[in-house]
Amino acid sequence: MSEVTLRVNGETHALDVDPSTTLLYVLRNDLGLRGPRFGCGLGQCGTCTVLMDGRAIRSCMRPVSRATGEITTLEGLSDGGELDPVQQAWIDEQVPQCGYCQNGQILTAKALLDRNPTPSDEEIRQGMNGALCRCMTYYRIQAAVRRAADAMAAESGGEVDR
Amino acid sequence: MRRGAELPAGIDRALARWEGSASRRDFLKTSGLFVLGFGGVGVSGFGRRASGAESDGSGENGLGAGGPDAANPYPDPDFLQLDSWLVVHEDGTATFYVGKTDGGQGTGTAMRQMMCDELDLAYDRATLVMGRTDMTVDQGGSGGSDAIERDALPARRVAAEARRVLLELASERFEVPVDDLVANEGVISVRGDGSRSVGYGELIGGGRRFDIALTGRNVNETTGLAPVKPVRELKIVGQSLPRYDIPGKVEGSLEWAVDVKLPGMVHARNVRPPFAGARLVSVDESSVRALPGFLRLFREGNYVAVVCEREEQAIQAAESLVAEWEKPATAPFPSSDDLFDYMRGATPADAGTGRTPRPRVEGDPDAALAAAATIVEAAYDIPFQGHTAIGPAHAVADPSDGQMTIYTNDMKPYSHRTGIAEFLGMPPERVRVIWMEGPQLYGRTAADDAGFEAAYLARELGRPVRMQWMRHEETAWDTKGPAFAIDLRGGLDAAGNLLAQDYRARIANYAHVGYNQADTVLIAQLMGIRPERPSPGGGRGSDEMYHIPNRREETRPVRFPLAFETPLRTGNLRDPNGPQTTFATESFIDELAAAAGADPVEFRLRLLRGTTEDDATFRRARSIAVVEAAAEAYGWQPRPSPAPPAAAPGGDRILLGRGIAYAYRIQTTVATIAEVEVDRESGRVWVRRMVCAHDCGLVINPDGLESTIQGNLLHGISRTLYEEVRFDNEMVTSVDWRTHPTLTHRDAPETIDVVIVNGDPNPDRPDLPHYGAGEPSHRTVPAAIANAIHDATGVRMRRLPLRPDRVLAELAAAGLS
Repeated sequence: MSEVTLRVNGETHALDVDPSTTLLYVLRNDLGLRGPRFGCGLGQCGTCTVLMDGRAIRSCMRPVSRATGEITTLEGLSDGGELDPVQQAWIDEQVPQCGYCQNGQILTAKALLDRNPTPSDEEIRQGMNGALCRCMTYYRIQAAVRRAADAMAAESGGEVDR
Repeated sequence: MRRGAELPAGIDRALARWEGSASRRDFLKTSGLFVLGFGGVGVSGFGRRASGAESDGSGENGLGAGGPDAANPYPDPDFLQLDSWLVVHEDGTATFYVGKTDGGQGTGTAMRQMMCDELDLAYDRATLVMGRTDMTVDQGGSGGSDAIERDALPARRVAAEARRVLLELASERFEVPVDDLVANEGVISVRGDGSRSVGYGELIGGGRRFDIALTGRNVNETTGLAPVKPVRELKIVGQSLPRYDIPGKVEGSLEWAVDVKLPGMVHARNVRPPFAGARLVSVDESSVRALPGFLRLFREGNYVAVVCEREEQAIQAAESLVAEWEKPATAPFPSSDDLFDYMRGATPADAGTGRTPRPRVEGDPDAALAAAATIVEAAYDIPFQGHTAIGPAHAVADPSDGQMTIYTNDMKPYSHRTGIAEFLGMPPERVRVIWMEGPQLYGRTAADDAGFEAAYLARELGRPVRMQWMRHEETAWDTKGPAFAIDLRGGLDAAGNLLAQDYRARIANYAHVGYNQADTVLIAQLMGIRPERPSPGGGRGSDEMYHIPNRREETRPVRFPLAFETPLRTGNLRDPNGPQTTFATESFIDELAAAAGADPVEFRLRLLRGTTEDDATFRRARSIAVVEAAAEAYGWQPRPSPAPPAAAPGGDRILLGRGIAYAYRIQTTVATIAEVEVDRESGRVWVRRMVCAHDCGLVINPDGLESTIQGNLLHGISRTLYEEVRFDNEMVTSVDWRTHPTLTHRDAPETIDVVIVNGDPNPDRPDLPHYGAGEPSHRTVPAAIANAIHDATGVRMRRLPLRPDRVLAELAAAGLS
């Protein structure tokens, strides 16, 4: 065990854990967060996704010692109780079925839209491709990503050319 | 306010056992405040928090047949008591208790809509608790798409009964006949006198109880005196209300089974045999004893598990454990490449057992085939397919104070409870199962191995244990949908009419795993426990309403050398056997249509219209309606398949085709059309458009239904194009998402059109039934896609999944790639 410092959802945590522990288990078991979930431990499914400095990373593959940036989990996406436009789009489109993978879907979409606010349908398919869903809600997820893009564009006074 | 002079016998007994003192009992009887306690006996109290995201209704119904005491802390809620199903609170809100679970298809939302409608309460004034064996009546949990079709009926009736009682109470209060009262959104008013009204909470809330005994020989028949409303009076049913579970899933606030943490809880991991049928010779505990956090190594027969303080420590210990395993003398099964030859060549497992089913025969198929002008024959192969849930199996078990509480996403919590009680040798009254949300269900969690394992380890260790399977373990060792080898023969007359069909199937499902049985779950098998009477296997062909005058249908089970402790153990996988059998039969109907030179839609309609036999439940009329509705919504132009220009060598790289499949399941009928692109260079098939016409009777929540159908269709695409359990002669080699692939975002359809049909000849009848929708559309997908590939290319794909290499090989054989 040794001291590890982690910045998560705007707070700094000093933790006494083995630094090779994956970020996922620290977030879930030491910080009590529920958004990132175990799916494969192999970086293949995206269920464990969190944002680090705005980029989507797989917390099941990342040793906590290398989680040096600002981590945002699903819980940290809403701003003072107000949902992120991506989350709102997920509710408006009634996306989840079981919902187990949706943490990864939402955060992958968030990172995608922050990088490319006006994705084409093809860019959405490619950008989301690593996030697996076994209830197969892909059709609604893609609709929700388009809806979120439109909402974010409307907020900033622009329009998505699609 | 009390209803009825006498307490029901069960409650009376409970009071006697709980208190014993006559004066105390009398006080409780007359106070109207008697509430049985929950979660207070021998548990951490976690259960109270765990029950329900919106409002915690725990502790308020609690009508166990016995009553709580230390020896009997978790009695069964009595389905013959109205208070077991429904509680009205002082503020006029209500909590409903149903014995179902929700895999994300909106079962809970739909049941709440129906119960609110019968109770005349606004939807947002109610909450619903599901699947807790100590709080909700035993409706079996989920399975068979029966929640809406079957279990919603008693739920509607008890809500209607509650409304009846509330009207009676108001009638007493206002001294007017019930007929002069109006119930609306939780308020009862005297008709024409707005000044006289009273809320439900004032009539019965604040801990008071209905104390109404219901009748019925079983939970499905449960009823009070009140009838349910005729369909035309339902207001909340039929609305696309948002699912109540979605916000918590999107915000990250919902507590799932995977999130459960208890004081003193430790982490377990299994160590599985590296080869199917391997025998554990020895384990070397010294290989893990010094690892950080190590607590215990468990070994019983071939079952091995490690327990550590922290989760990552348990993973490390499981990976580090040195064990010696001995391979079985005989290969456990053929390889997946040799599977279908093996299945066709094997002696059926039911031969000579006296349990051989007689084939279903109508007419004289042999004579009709001998007289046919054209004979069509085809063989279809469908591999084992995994559930491969997105989250591997998991559960937490708490053995505090000699009780056992299991937190699980098992879809059948009631059999989970009795199965675990039997496995541990505990009385079921000391065991409770708390269902919480988890990754899908689809039959995998009808026998949730992790709950049994957690309970066993927790009992042995005397501490709460969290069991979590790893990905390789889940993909290799979850229950599988069985493989099929299906041979079909059909005979047409000179005019292209189908005279006869002979269906002969082999299914690899000997010793099929049941629902949470103490002798078929994996831990029991690995410990050497064997069922006295293993499931013989077998099945039946697909259901449809075609008029085929002469037909035979026979399905025989196949057994491999290794029947137990096998990673090929089969269990129910969404719409069990439906996609496999319908792939064969609906592909074959297209092959017959092609041989007859007929349009596939027209050919099917001809078969559906081939008789005027009695059709009490309108099965044929509703089948015709969905086929016609799908064709119309798609814009289907009648012509035989394949499409004429498609098969030209050297033509376009991308070939386009359409295909239809129709099916019937229980009382729901579906027709699905797939439009596919076939890439002649890569062999990739993309289903770019799907149209699904669907008749499940009365629709409770249209958007929820559409979501469920979309999931069924895409899951169907995944099983058609990608999913196959691979194995060699020693072990399953499908262990992750690369070796058991799934549909991804890239290959999802561009367009899905769901057409809700009501083909009932009297769609406005007041008792229009609501049928199941969780599975029926799933079975149409494989044949619709294979038929579309044939339409595009002229090539007939008869072996699932339709992977690019197989498509390329068939295209090459046809000179098209």
